[in-house]
Amino acid sequence: MAALLAIENLTVAYDKVEAVRDVSLSIEPGQIVTVIGPNGAGKTTLLGAAIGLLRWRGRMSYDGLDLRRLDVEARIERGFCLVPEKRELFGDLTVADNLLLGGFTRRRDRAGLKQSLDDVYGRFPRLSERRRQLASTLSGGERQMLALGRALMSRPRLLMLDEPSLGLAPLIVREVFRIIASLRETGVSILLVEQNARAALETADVGYVLETGEIVHSGRAADLMHDPRVTASYLGGH
Amino acid sequence: MTGEIAAILAVDGIASGAIYLLIGLGLVLIFAVTRVIFVPFGDIAAFTALSLASLETGTRPGTVALVAGLAVLATLIECTALVRAGALSRLPRALLFYLVLPLLPAAAVWLVAGMALSMPVRIALSLALVLPIAPLLDRIVFRPIADASVLLLLTVAVALHFALSGMGLLFFGPEGVRTKPLVDAVFEVAGLIVNAQTLLIVVAAVVFSGLLFLVFEYTLLGKALRATAINRTGARLVGIRPATTGTIAYLLASLLAGISGVLIAPVTTIFYDSGFLIGLKAFVGAIIAGMTSYPGTALGSLLVGLLESYSSFWSSAYKEVVVFGILIPVLLWRSLSMAATDDEETEE
Repeated sequence: MAALLAIENLTVAYDKVEAVRDVSLSIEPGQIVTVIGPNGAGKTTLLGAAIGLLRWRGRMSYDGLDLRRLDVEARIERGFCLVPEKRELFGDLTVADNLLLGGFTRRRDRAGLKQSLDDVYGRFPRLSERRRQLASTLSGGERQMLALGRALMSRPRLLMLDEPSLGLAPLIVREVFRIIASLRETGVSILLVEQNARAALETADVGYVLETGEIVHSGRAADLMHDPRVTASYLGGH
Repeated sequence: MTGEIAAILAVDGIASGAIYLLIGLGLVLIFAVTRVIFVPFGDIAAFTALSLASLETGTRPGTVALVAGLAVLATLIECTALVRAGALSRLPRALLFYLVLPLLPAAAVWLVAGMALSMPVRIALSLALVLPIAPLLDRIVFRPIADASVLLLLTVAVALHFALSGMGLLFFGPEGVRTKPLVDAVFEVAGLIVNAQTLLIVVAAVVFSGLLFLVFEYTLLGKALRATAINRTGARLVGIRPATTGTIAYLLASLLAGISGVLIAPVTTIFYDSGFLIGLKAFVGAIIAGMTSYPGTALGSLLVGLLESYSSFWSSAYKEVVVFGILIPVLLWRSLSMAATDDEETEE
């Protein structure tokens, strides 16, 4: 099967410092792929380049299209989305408006949008309760749900999630991972970047370990979980 | 000062405040969406007034040549960029938006100038003629440096102002104009004589700021504009192009400025460079509200209008000094009260 996202020899540099070096990875349709690694390994940079917010060298293609030819907005229009680490919500707009704008690329499909909105409210009842509240008044967990919900409104085919569990209470982290796993059933492919390696590997099909900008291990998530080199560094041994 | 004089000055001040309000709202809109303090914004109002005056006297407005020149330049820049990026499929769209659409009103005016036109037609033509100027300048001047700092954008906007006043002189000549009154009636409100033109200015300011509010509150377009202003990266991540919302902001704002130009043309003599001072006073009104709040800008602009009106009664030689002088306490107060909540501004 052709890869939905194929990254080959990707290098991203800030001035002279290479934050990501010669990284290759691919995602098949329907897969959940995770990239784990310590803080500062270049995970966020990798996603920033893939979505087109950063300059990069190498080759990347999405659904057979050369990503050099597509800007950020063109990626979104084709169902390739990022939920960034900083969430980047519209703080002075209501929850409902944030979701509405999430479906901006589908603005002509009113019936479809209504259905997606109902679906998001069904998936995140908390957002439904707070639909008239400003996004800036939400708690950390609610903000994460809103960011996820906003991305789902564009009906993505490939969703990249940057540290979705960052700064959340353990109970909410479990909830977030449950939702990620449930997205698989809707046919969305996911590229999940996480410091919470155990939860990420439990959810994903394939895993990559990124250290100081380079991929040092990769394989089936289930295998990585029992790989002594990975368990020692990221799973606290066991 | 008697109560009657005070009341007359107040009416006067509210009328000029209403003009500054329309321009101030436009300035804030452009700044919020594009981060550009569009210094030559008052010129849009003045150019509308000058175009309207030309149409009245049956001559061809200089705006036609100005718009045509800008459209050709913007089209060349856009097409070169598209060819370089290998995006040839987007060429027809670029030609439509940068060449055909801006030239349509210019061509219409070029054809009908000299004919006897009714007042609403003249006004509509003048507005349509001036609308593309700011979006075209945006494409030519600001789009290539869209990621630059606010300070650099401001510096470029100041330079653009000087370039544009030169072009104003070239295209409109040094003579001042005054158009026919839009309405010719006088009312007596509570013993006070109020000119219908004054009333029209105030009503127009209320109506158009109300419309702007409705656009922001109830349309997807308005929400997309606000989203771009709140978080540019967030907007891009949902597929909103800041370049597109920027163009829409310039268009909406130009409409407001154009309307204020139509409104002041019968009461003030307008020269090719009159826009600068009007824009600057609207800017003071917007600064009072920190360039961020629309209702605040409305209040600030009214305050500037009133201040100008009363100070011209006390000492007309110093009226500009008084208006610009209030910037100093306002900026001091702003910088002291902003110091605590500065974190919003620091992200680029």
